[in-house]
Amino acid sequence: MGAVSIKDRFIYGLFYLSGLIIVGILVSIIGYVIARGVLVLNLEFILESPRHAGSAGGIFPTIISTLYLTLLALVIAVPIGVGAAVYLEEYALSSSKFAWLVNLTAETLAGIPSIIFGLFGFVFLVIFLGMGWSILSGGITLAIMILPTITRTAQEAILTLPPEYRENSLALGASKWQTIRKVILPFALPGIVTGVILSIGRAVGETAALILTAGSSLGMPQSLFDPARTMSVHLYMLAMEGISLERAFGTAFVVVVLILIINYLANLSLRRLSR
Amino acid sequence: MELITKPGLSNCEKKNRSLIVAENRHRRVDVEKLIEKTLLLSAAVFVLIIALITIFIFAKGLPLFSKIGLGDFLFSNQWNPTKGFFGIGTMFIGTLLVTMGAMLWSVPIGLSSAIFMAEIAPPRIGKTLGQLVNLLAGIPSVVYGFVGLIVIVPFIRESFGGNGMSLLAGAIILGIMILPTIINISRDSLLAVPNDYKSSSLALGATHFQTIRYVIVPAARSGIITSVVLGMGRAIGETMAVVMVTGNSAMIPTSILAPIRTMTSNIVLEMGYASGDHQTALFATGMVLFLLIVGLNLIINRLAKAGTDDGRG
Repeated sequence: MGAVSIKDRFIYGLFYLSGLIIVGILVSIIGYVIARGVLVLNLEFILESPRHAGSAGGIFPTIISTLYLTLLALVIAVPIGVGAAVYLEEYALSSSKFAWLVNLTAETLAGIPSIIFGLFGFVFLVIFLGMGWSILSGGITLAIMILPTITRTAQEAILTLPPEYRENSLALGASKWQTIRKVILPFALPGIVTGVILSIGRAVGETAALILTAGSSLGMPQSLFDPARTMSVHLYMLAMEGISLERAFGTAFVVVVLILIINYLANLSLRRLSR
Repeated sequence: MELITKPGLSNCEKKNRSLIVAENRHRRVDVEKLIEKTLLLSAAVFVLIIALITIFIFAKGLPLFSKIGLGDFLFSNQWNPTKGFFGIGTMFIGTLLVTMGAMLWSVPIGLSSAIFMAEIAPPRIGKTLGQLVNLLAGIPSVVYGFVGLIVIVPFIRESFGGNGMSLLAGAIILGIMILPTIINISRDSLLAVPNDYKSSSLALGATHFQTIRYVIVPAARSGIITSVVLGMGRAIGETMAVVMVTGNSAMIPTSILAPIRTMTSNIVLEMGYASGDHQTALFATGMVLFLLIVGLNLIINRLAKAGTDDGRG
């Protein structure tokens, strides 16, 4: 290899620097939010309802709203997303026009910005289907947004299944569906779980699409047809309307800590998947 | 089934049994068919959703052009909904400038980090960095916007003057947000370059850096271009962070310290109270965004295909 020239050393230095910049950005953003937010945090902040548009009190209804919306989105998207993955990997010929079309539309869906989903949810669910600004409209919109993630992670998991598993099951006389239910789906479970965890992360952080579909009412939602405000939307309102910087930091803290936990779980389940 | 009730010889019974088995199998096949149909339907949901999104956004946005011309809508700088002026020219330029500004710094840093992670760093550090980048990707845009509003905007105000809410603040925050897209996809394509390429180049006496520059990066170019185009798509579509730090005045910026308003900001800021033609104009803006993003996706699709063809050849 010979000696490394000074010029090469300089260039290597630049590469190291860019790696450091990434770490620096991440650490300073998360560190800053946590350091400022932790001062606001107490049990009252988590468990009480906001007062005076959020300038006092806690964020309890926004936590519950986030939970409802995420659950509804998962209940809708997981069966459909996993079903689509099974169909694409186990039934459709990869050369078929239909499989090509589904893959193309799934890719397109994954690239569409959330504001477009918001517009669609608003015109189709809120107005055309008359669901109004509600948990239902928001949850369905969110389900559409996480569908590509659920399908892709399930597809990837199914793809890693050794072909003998499938062949042995079929050779033992199991039908195709029995093979899917007893062999393929259990095997793909870690992949499906990863998709679900990633989707929860997306749901917790989503803002633009939910402002247009779930609204921003601060009350505690009593039914699927009530409007709701998630933690992220609450953070946006507090910061943009200048209601309370302190409360905004507290909310940002809760969101960031949730994202950290979700990310940790996703890494765990990805590791299990690759094993 | 009626055969079973009839008394008969053992021979006949055997026949009955085989009939029952056949019938069971027939029923099972029916269930199998039903399940296949159900699964097919869930796959078809993707196609249905894209069709619905396209139809509803276009149906809501297109009627605008019976009132004002397409040229006026796209190129006029007059956005005054109460007076019936719906020109998104300034917003289009706002989106374009903030996207370019973000890419200007995040593409070089993103690519060099990707090269660092794939080729230079020890594997364990590369892997840890990869997890950190995933975390960066997982932070919600509203949190980026909030940090931008609290940290970057005052910093710009105090160091360079002006109000701080600016094109520059948008470009900084947006650049951070598209870093993970650029890094992840380019790193994957760099790692996918066959090891033979690298060892052949090193065996020929090239230095590690020469190998990266003349062999590995060119071999991964379609993935790298894809990462940049995808990052651009993300920047164009990003909403919350941009709304929070760019000041949102619908004017052509005269400097990087001037405020801007993007197309996405315009939609999220005005949708809440818009009605009539105003609402139609916002949907028409969404239509333009949708076409831009789908267009970029089609380009990426082509690139991916070109990439695999290269691999074969």
